[in-house]
Amino acid sequence: MAERERRSTPPFGGVFVARSRVMERDDINRALWRMAHEIIERNHGLDGVVLIGLQTGGVPLARRLAEALDQIEGHPVDVGSLDVAFHRDDIGLRPVLPEAVTNIPVDLTGSVVVLVDDVLFTGRTIRAALDALTSFGRPRAVQLAVMVDRGHRELPIRPDYVGKNLPTRRDEVVDVNEDGVDLGEMVKP
Amino acid sequence: MKHLLSVDDLGGRDGIEEVFRLTDSFVEVGERQIPKVPALRGKTIVWLFYEDSTRTRLSFEQAAKRLSADTMNFSVGSSSVNKGESLRDTVQTIEAMGVDCIVVRHSSAGAPWQVARWIEASVVNAGDGWHEHPTQALLDSYTIRRHLGGVAGKRIAIVGDIKHSRVARSDVLAFSTLGADVTLVAPPTLLPPSLDGWPVAVTHDLDAILPKCDVVYLLRMQRERMTEALIPSLREYTAGYGLTKRRVERLDESTLVMHPGPMNRGVEIAAEVADLPRSVVIDQVRNGVAVRMAVLYLLLGSGVDLQ
Repeated sequence: MAERERRSTPPFGGVFVARSRVMERDDINRALWRMAHEIIERNHGLDGVVLIGLQTGGVPLARRLAEALDQIEGHPVDVGSLDVAFHRDDIGLRPVLPEAVTNIPVDLTGSVVVLVDDVLFTGRTIRAALDALTSFGRPRAVQLAVMVDRGHRELPIRPDYVGKNLPTRRDEVVDVNEDGVDLGEMVKP
Repeated sequence: MKHLLSVDDLGGRDGIEEVFRLTDSFVEVGERQIPKVPALRGKTIVWLFYEDSTRTRLSFEQAAKRLSADTMNFSVGSSSVNKGESLRDTVQTIEAMGVDCIVVRHSSAGAPWQVARWIEASVVNAGDGWHEHPTQALLDSYTIRRHLGGVAGKRIAIVGDIKHSRVARSDVLAFSTLGADVTLVAPPTLLPPSLDGWPVAVTHDLDAILPKCDVVYLLRMQRERMTEALIPSLREYTAGYGLTKRRVERLDESTLVMHPGPMNRGVEIAAEVADLPRSVVIDQVRNGVAVRMAVLYLLLGSGVDLQ
């Protein structure tokens, strides 16, 4: 989500131009499949596991991860979506509006929440997400799954499940889409 | 966006729709176990109400608190206003204490515009004279959108004391901007002297229009209007313009009944009618909190200009 917001707001405003493809569609599928197995292994099954995708990039990934978990374990897991806009620490520094309405279908008290996002960058979106989660109950544990960890953390946050570790420059942009993962940059129109 | 003084400040239909999308998110916030977000931490909002209000002020207060803003109340009754302090001195004094937003209700039309000229803080019009009450129009439109799926193309009858109603003026602006067909229904004495430029139809016959409405919006019949001899008696007003049990039967199944409150049961709305499922008065109040959260967040937090 951080990626998407940065993409459309100054000083990052512009058009995303892909420079290289770093994951193909199949690579994403394989990574999701592996992460699903890791989630089951870490939690000794899926008891109490709730997947929460972060708007906007994490939402389709959470849904696909849930499908994989269902296929492996044979029973569905709860899936929600979270928009962290009102919990961000840069309100007032740049335009911040929610992308979609949050939907957390279950009480999170006692659950194991797996936050799902497309790209982990500064960690500020995750901090905001951790803050937002407290409004929905007290989870037993919160874990973090991301498709791409691109480094440059500004907060003490680390992922539990990673699709791909991707070294980047700060000014580069990572785009996770249906066809794969592209590394590129914003070009001023 | 710096101020919300008129529905027009929202930049037309797209701007109002943006407020509604934001309101959807704040409705969800209101349903959380802890219905509060830190979005406006460190912001201070002052209620400057020169006129009585319970629901509007409480609704704004609840909205501000759910956004984690700090609030201060300026109650005119116990203030220096009684010692003759001018509006300008009052708002400049308040601003000097370090406030980010002043929510103004005043009996004089235009007062919030004056306040906005004098100070740097944001100003929200919570009702000025007979002129405007933009957050009421937003919550009314939002309630229609929630129940009927949208406002565009809906046939809305606004019934009652149009002349003295800021709610009616703001509602006409909002409803017509959103593409509704608005009809004003009132006796001639309760209509403004001129309706030139109002995008509305007018009728004096409530019974004829009832079957052709998607929304019947009843205004409060202010009792003091009787002493001004604008209507013969409240009973006669009810006979001609009250939404009685008999009249409600002429409405389509899905037609909504709305009222800005406080209701005079037995005058503009029959007691039984106010309690029907089609009467969404309580929803209007509930949505009011989320709409005002959206307005305060747009002005003080979002960094977005709708114009």
